[in-house]
Amino acid sequence: MPRRVGIGLRGIGHSVINGVWRLGYASRFFALTVLRSGTSFRRFSLAIREIYFSGVLSLIIILVSGLFVGMVLGFQGFHTLERYGSEEALGVLVALSLVRELGPVVAGLLFASRAGSAMTAEIGLMKATEQISALEMMAVDPIARVIAPRFWAGVISMPLLAALFSAMGVFGGYLVGVVLIGVDEGAFWSQMQSAVDFREDIMNGVIKSVVFGIAVTWIALFEGYDAPPTAEGVSGATTRTVVTSSLAILALDFVLTAFMFRGH
Amino acid sequence: MAEDILVEFEDVSFTYDRRPVLKGINMKIPRGKVVSIMGISGSGKTTMLRLIGGQLKPTSGRVIVGGEVVHDLDSEGLYRLRRKMGMLFQFGALFTDLSAYDNVAFQMREHTDLPESVIRDLVMMKLNAVGLRGAYHLMPSELSGGMARRVALARAIALDPMLMMYDEPFAGLDPISLGVIGTLMRRLNDALGATSIVVTHDVQESLKMVDYVYYLSQGVIVAQGTAEEMKQSTQPLVHQFVWGEEDGPVPFHFPMAEYPRDLGLEQANA
Repeated sequence: MPRRVGIGLRGIGHSVINGVWRLGYASRFFALTVLRSGTSFRRFSLAIREIYFSGVLSLIIILVSGLFVGMVLGFQGFHTLERYGSEEALGVLVALSLVRELGPVVAGLLFASRAGSAMTAEIGLMKATEQISALEMMAVDPIARVIAPRFWAGVISMPLLAALFSAMGVFGGYLVGVVLIGVDEGAFWSQMQSAVDFREDIMNGVIKSVVFGIAVTWIALFEGYDAPPTAEGVSGATTRTVVTSSLAILALDFVLTAFMFRGH
Repeated sequence: MAEDILVEFEDVSFTYDRRPVLKGINMKIPRGKVVSIMGISGSGKTTMLRLIGGQLKPTSGRVIVGGEVVHDLDSEGLYRLRRKMGMLFQFGALFTDLSAYDNVAFQMREHTDLPESVIRDLVMMKLNAVGLRGAYHLMPSELSGGMARRVALARAIALDPMLMMYDEPFAGLDPISLGVIGTLMRRLNDALGATSIVVTHDVQESLKMVDYVYYLSQGVIVAQGTAEEMKQSTQPLVHQFVWGEEDGPVPFHFPMAEYPRDLGLEQANA
């Protein structure tokens, strides 16, 4: 029995040390990525190319999802507000839910599964097929040439995608609330305009989406770079990217919300 | 040795995860020669290339390339040294998102300020040297294994390296591609005035074109000599390897338990 306890304790210790070690490695990777970002800005075409792959190609899923989330908000919001006779506040409800929470969070989750997983798989396969090694041997720093442009592409794309998600969502809410159900159009827009504060609501939403962009891209790139160079390794890393970044988004969202909206 | 030595291993050991991979390697590679490092899979051959390229650091000993101790260089010095090296990876390691042309042009664009028209001429010359000028527009996925290896070779010689390293250049090639790559390696080495290190387990193909052979077994150099000396070697390890004999000092079986016990015959008999 004591032997089994010993093995159990050793197992726990091992996984804790492993976790801390990985976190340290990931932090070092993040610091290196930021420090070696010069090339990405000097040769911005490198980042532009990645913005196309992670940002532009994610547009369809982001726009369609935004529209549907907005339409659902329109229905659900109307149902609840109608009970209190304040259907005109539908615009406020839709807009605030989107710019404060749903825009950054859902766009972040979609970004993680659409662009993050692709980044991990690409970097992991580049490593498995020795392309990363080849870069090193050609005296080209893979962090500066491959990782950093993708990182900045993610950081730039994510807030834009979240903004587009929110805009489509508001439009979806308008379609259902005003066009379909018949809420007063003037009230819908004017209440939204007066209730949504640029700094309190929109800027905080933008900050969230930037933070999520950093987290998702960092996790995706690190998992790819750290993936064992086998088919199993890359598939495991891709799964971990989606799971870890989704959890990170939700946890960070809680922390950021607690800081941003306390006392309101 | 009065010869001009380009790469030298001085009592180099390398341990990975507490497992010794290389044990006290001493090796000298003269300038202008094609030298092969042979040995069965897992004998530490590729590790030696990575030590020369500075991708790994030796646990003890020194690796000297062109008079510089590789692992004492800072990253800038290392990158400067690597610009003078070319490496052909086992499966080419071409950048899959770039065409054959762009793959060969990659290093020129990264490391030089040459105008695009000059780069174009250079790329075409390199591709012509490997016989694939007509395939410049193809993507790596459209190339056969042998063609991909040749494009990778053109990429490796893009900046006219002083040292060429080949990691299993013959792996997985058909006999024709095999011969083509072998001939190209020799011809390019002599034309560029370079030095080549070929890590391989393809004995027959490499013995045709190399000047000198080091034979590595379990992290130790157990034999060395010219291709002819290797062919005539009576040393059991080398003989088994060169003539591809199934059993010998390198056993056919992985270490194992007694056969009857694994088949459960002992219990049955008891």
